[in-house]
Amino acid sequence: MAAILPAESAGAGRSESQPQTAPIKPQTPRRRVAPWADTVFAALSQGAAWLTLAMMVGIIVSLILGAAPALKAFGLGFLTSAEWDPVQEKFGGLVMIYGTLASSLIALVIAVPVSFGIAIFLTELSPNWLKRPLGIAIELLAAVPSIVYGMWGLLVFGPILATFVQQPLQSLLHGVPVLGSLVSGPPVGIGILSAGIILAIMIIPFIASVMRDVFEVTPPMLKESAYGLGATTWEVVSKIVLPYTKTGVVGGIMLGLGRALGETMAVTFVIGNMNQLSSLSVFEAANSITSTLANEFAEAGEGLHQSSLMYLGLVLFLITFVVLSISKLLLVRLKKNEGARS
Amino acid sequence: MSAVIDARRLAMHSKRKRMNFVALTLSLGAMSFGVFWLIWILFETIYLGIGGLNLATFTQMTPPPQGEGGGLANALFGSFVMVGLATLVGTPVGILAGVYLAEYGQKTWLGSAVRFINDILLSAPSIVIGLFVYAIVVAKLKSFSGLAGSLALALLVIPVVIRTTENMLSLVPNALREAAYALGTPKWKVILSITLKAASAGVITGILLALARVSGETAPLLFTALSNQFWTSDLSSPMASLPVTIFKFAMSPYENWQKLAWAGVFLITVGVLLLNILARVLFKNKH
Repeated sequence: MAAILPAESAGAGRSESQPQTAPIKPQTPRRRVAPWADTVFAALSQGAAWLTLAMMVGIIVSLILGAAPALKAFGLGFLTSAEWDPVQEKFGGLVMIYGTLASSLIALVIAVPVSFGIAIFLTELSPNWLKRPLGIAIELLAAVPSIVYGMWGLLVFGPILATFVQQPLQSLLHGVPVLGSLVSGPPVGIGILSAGIILAIMIIPFIASVMRDVFEVTPPMLKESAYGLGATTWEVVSKIVLPYTKTGVVGGIMLGLGRALGETMAVTFVIGNMNQLSSLSVFEAANSITSTLANEFAEAGEGLHQSSLMYLGLVLFLITFVVLSISKLLLVRLKKNEGARS
Repeated sequence: MSAVIDARRLAMHSKRKRMNFVALTLSLGAMSFGVFWLIWILFETIYLGIGGLNLATFTQMTPPPQGEGGGLANALFGSFVMVGLATLVGTPVGILAGVYLAEYGQKTWLGSAVRFINDILLSAPSIVIGLFVYAIVVAKLKSFSGLAGSLALALLVIPVVIRTTENMLSLVPNALREAAYALGTPKWKVILSITLKAASAGVITGILLALARVSGETAPLLFTALSNQFWTSDLSSPMASLPVTIFKFAMSPYENWQKLAWAGVFLITVGVLLLNILARVLFKNKH
């Protein structure tokens, strides 16, 4: 509707001015106003588009240049060494890479089933009047800045997790060989598990809204045929909607994973910021790539320390780049099939 | 014989029903799980945030640890300056690139490449943007500065604006463009006064969403703008910002700092949510 309005007003303006000018100035061919404007505008907008590409290239190049000294000094061994000693200038990124991957994995394990449930609820179960407000609530959850999650996680959620989950688990599993060591550590509610849970809360809205959008791509005809044959709602979702949209669903999960890997503030608050890998307990303070960068980069002296941090940044960027590319490709593939199959 | 089959059918039927019931209950549970966090986080933020909020929060500078009083005035000011500057710089670039994607390069390789890269930049870790700006600005000028912070935020504004501008422009019906071309309108004029105008509500929505996103960003400011305990409007010196101040204060053991951090978190949450709601209302009214 709105799109039509300017056209009408433009038309009205023209018809007003024409009767006045036409008789006074007969037949002089109208010159084009500013013939260069078209070229300039096209060049400007193309320039802006190039700028986006330049930004991506700039990020990668500047990270590689910044990481060059560390790349030269440690090579790929950086990825498998757990030593991080700024005093002796020995650096390895294993602890942080492990922390990033582990916390994101925990986040995915929690977030994927929950988002799936939310998407089913929003597309199949919810009464119509509730769809919009609930959808908006989930989207608002995605808009809350990550620092809010982080602070809430550290000061509110952490202590609760320690008292009501960690301590009971510790007393339950005390002395059990493997499981016992998985939950050891001081009961302060800080570590990979809390980071994973906070990340999960953060990425649920992203995954859920992508899943909801792709679920709605399913042609209603297909769903109605299944319902007509007597299928239950769950059968329609699991046997019609899910197979139809599976590339999009995986794309949405990858998008959430990309977010979780690169999230800084929420993780920095609750992961504990300690470089250790000796205890694999999910309640022991650990470190992730982003939290190390956030804590150390501004204070790091130029040289190998800063360069190693750049190296970490490069690793993080490459991982997220791959994950997000896969996500994008899968989502595009679903969109292409949209026309062909329905 | 048929009785046996009937019994089997009934069993099958009730099994399917049960399965359905379980699945739908779980889905309902998932929904309440999601909403539960939202309510809990909002509740704590409001409850603890209002407790730390008073007039001094807006008028006084950030206090030393364990001091009395103090506020967030310099941090609020710094945030306003940097977010404002970032939006001013990022929006035109974003709109122009969005125009390119929707009006010039729909089918060109540059168009598809930019679209792909932009979607990745949209979700790329913001701390990496901070590293990038550190490398090209801070390391060269040898000083942390508000300018570098603004640049980092601008780089985050651009992808959001590109995405929404392109989406909104592609919703404008082609007949509108053709009508304008038929009248002999040059392309730049068609874009500026027809299609962009028709899509203006959507484009403004995009700008508001970008504004909301960068006003809560902390990571890219940590090593570009750093922080500052005092009021400064000098863009070439380190500048305080609300998110970084919250980060510093919340991680500290001092009670007065933590209280101020909650007040800051309250302000930021309310601001960001209001911007989001405003964007939604604006968009809904036009469509």
